[in-house]
Amino acid sequence: MTQPSALSWRRLVALCRKESYEIIRDPSSIIIAFVLPVILLVIFGYGVNLDSSAIRIGLLVEDGGVEAARFAATLAATPNLDTRRSTSRPEVEHWLVTGEVRGFVILPPDFSARLARPGTTAPVQLVTDGAEPNTASFVAAYVDGAWAAWSQQRLADRGVDARPAIETIPRYWFNSAAISRHFIVPGSIAVIMTIIGALLTSLVVAREWERGTMEALLSTPVTRSEFLLSKIIPYYALGMAAMLLCLTVSVLLLGVPFRGSLLLLLVFATLFLGSSLGLGLLLSTIMRNQFNAAQAALNAAFLPATMLSGFIYEIAGMPLPIRIATYLVPARYFVEALQTLFQAGFVGAVLLRDFLCLAASAVFFLGITALRTRKRLD
Amino acid sequence: MLHRLLTLITKELLLALRDPQSRTLLIMPVILQLALFPLAASLEVKNATLAILNEDGGAESTELVERLARTQAFPHIVMVHSESALRRSIDRQDALLGLQVPVDFSRRLASSQPATIFAVVDGRRSNSAQIAYGYASTIIDDFATERATAAGQPPVSHIVVRNWYNPNLEYRWFMLPVLVSIITTIGSMIVTALSIAREREQGTFDQLLVSPLTPAYIMIGKTVPALVIAMAQGTMVATAAVFVYGVPFHGALALLYLGMLCYGLSLAGIGLFISSMCETQQQAFLGVFTFMVPATTLSGFMAPAENMPIFFQWLNRIDPLSHFIIIVKGLFLKGYGVALIWPNLWPLLAIAAVTMSGAYWMFRRHVA
Repeated sequence: MTQPSALSWRRLVALCRKESYEIIRDPSSIIIAFVLPVILLVIFGYGVNLDSSAIRIGLLVEDGGVEAARFAATLAATPNLDTRRSTSRPEVEHWLVTGEVRGFVILPPDFSARLARPGTTAPVQLVTDGAEPNTASFVAAYVDGAWAAWSQQRLADRGVDARPAIETIPRYWFNSAAISRHFIVPGSIAVIMTIIGALLTSLVVAREWERGTMEALLSTPVTRSEFLLSKIIPYYALGMAAMLLCLTVSVLLLGVPFRGSLLLLLVFATLFLGSSLGLGLLLSTIMRNQFNAAQAALNAAFLPATMLSGFIYEIAGMPLPIRIATYLVPARYFVEALQTLFQAGFVGAVLLRDFLCLAASAVFFLGITALRTRKRLD
Repeated sequence: MLHRLLTLITKELLLALRDPQSRTLLIMPVILQLALFPLAASLEVKNATLAILNEDGGAESTELVERLARTQAFPHIVMVHSESALRRSIDRQDALLGLQVPVDFSRRLASSQPATIFAVVDGRRSNSAQIAYGYASTIIDDFATERATAAGQPPVSHIVVRNWYNPNLEYRWFMLPVLVSIITTIGSMIVTALSIAREREQGTFDQLLVSPLTPAYIMIGKTVPALVIAMAQGTMVATAAVFVYGVPFHGALALLYLGMLCYGLSLAGIGLFISSMCETQQQAFLGVFTFMVPATTLSGFMAPAENMPIFFQWLNRIDPLSHFIIIVKGLFLKGYGVALIWPNLWPLLAIAAVTMSGAYWMFRRHVA
């Protein structure tokens, strides 16, 4: 049976049925396709929240003056900061080392005095927790905002025109409230599809080898393409069902707007599933060992999909060699397409590039798998 | 009995290190992640492209544009000449941030009237776009302050910022201690959860059961190799963090291993619990996954736990990874001693006690 003869529908249907039974009989496949996506979407949607709502900071006022009290009041009124008053330096420093606060502000004893004296400037000391770099820069930005509000108010009280010389007015496109969930959830769909596509299929061919059922299959008239299609079709159906479930949960439960076309979403999902099913089957075919194939899939599919796809971490900020490597990660194009379809709707130039790259990677992985599948024992 | 236990442990370690494929799979991922994580996983904004639409040709606007072009945060500046071109560069993600300087900008500044600049922020990438917007508005504010100072109106107050533990806010210093924790997680989970499932699927588990080893000994025999492998992998990452990436290590090395041991035990308990419920390797693998992805996501390394809804904050408290990350980061950056580690060490011991006894109970029930 080495030369692939024409497809036999009867054999293909029979094999697909056998594979589908295997999926249905093992509750873990159903759980991973229908329960895990919901759990993961909810966890990514709520757990990965980059919009700091209230960062705890400490405040130590060493100056008894009116100006210091006013500054403290402005800081306490800042919505993004949860300010805790401290009475001593050791206390506030202890809060920082244990992580109870992410930064602290000190108004030194001569704060009001220096403000009153012309020609001197009064420093506001801010210490942030550098062990949390992202939070530290947000703390600095919020304290800066409070400081600006305080100094404007101070000028206004003296009858000086308090408007800033240059005012910058931001407008947020696509995601007007700048909610991080709106870009994290579409990206995480790509991660979930990677799990279903590559991890599940990395086990299927290796399982046949490990259990010895591959030898039985070899002795039947099943052709190479029938064998591969029977591994692809049921998992493709499972993946698409999971995709639609993800879409429903994202829009209805998590409230992420979907502005693009459903048809395009299905096209992109199909192409992406093609490449990740291909990758999973390829690893399974090469390794012939479930334990190793699953670990390899974790590293070849899941890890790049989370780290290199731009789903959380900005690709433009990566060093050049890694930036080049991201072009080889199919999830990168799928994440970009998903973010565009969900938030922008339709941007032809972006979607066309993603379409071509995803199509190429699907053909590549499925093609290599077909080449590596041999109906021989060795 | 001790001799039998040692034999079992040796057999497990040999199984993991015997053939080249398995050996590669223990070492390669560690190296791969060591290369990827610190370089790729960063919320810093570098190499961002800024699109500027300068509708005003005056001296003040030209000077401001030059200042923006000179900063390191925006190595690429695209000058566009119409609002539609500005819109297109954001749409296509060519630029992360767009600035529009209106026609009357220089005139208003020259006559001491307040002037306006419009910023267009790509909300699809709201975190990085907001940080980039922060950079741009700092430059604009500095520009305004310098003009005011030159005109004889210096600011009366200023903020002095110090970043403790990580003066330059290097993201790698944050990421590598996290990586030590994640690698230790993968090592101990995969080895414990999958090894029993593999024995079952291959039928060798029955042979173990008819041997004189009791369930407790089988559990120890599966836990010790996992701990050895996980700690070896963790050591590799910690070494590379200090010697390759130059992350300071201020704590005591012994405390790091104490933390790894407690953490490894709590995870081995979860791994054994999963494997005692599973019939096949697929189930065990998916079980590991179902635990690991939420555990990493909710550990607070992707986004701070403070930002999560209260229910997820509770989950964060019982997530062993979140406690371990605090310990490792504290040892690396903050020089934690025993007193500072304890608040996060006892939860690990408590989790280990619960999961280990749960696993033992499941083991007795399902296996023996």
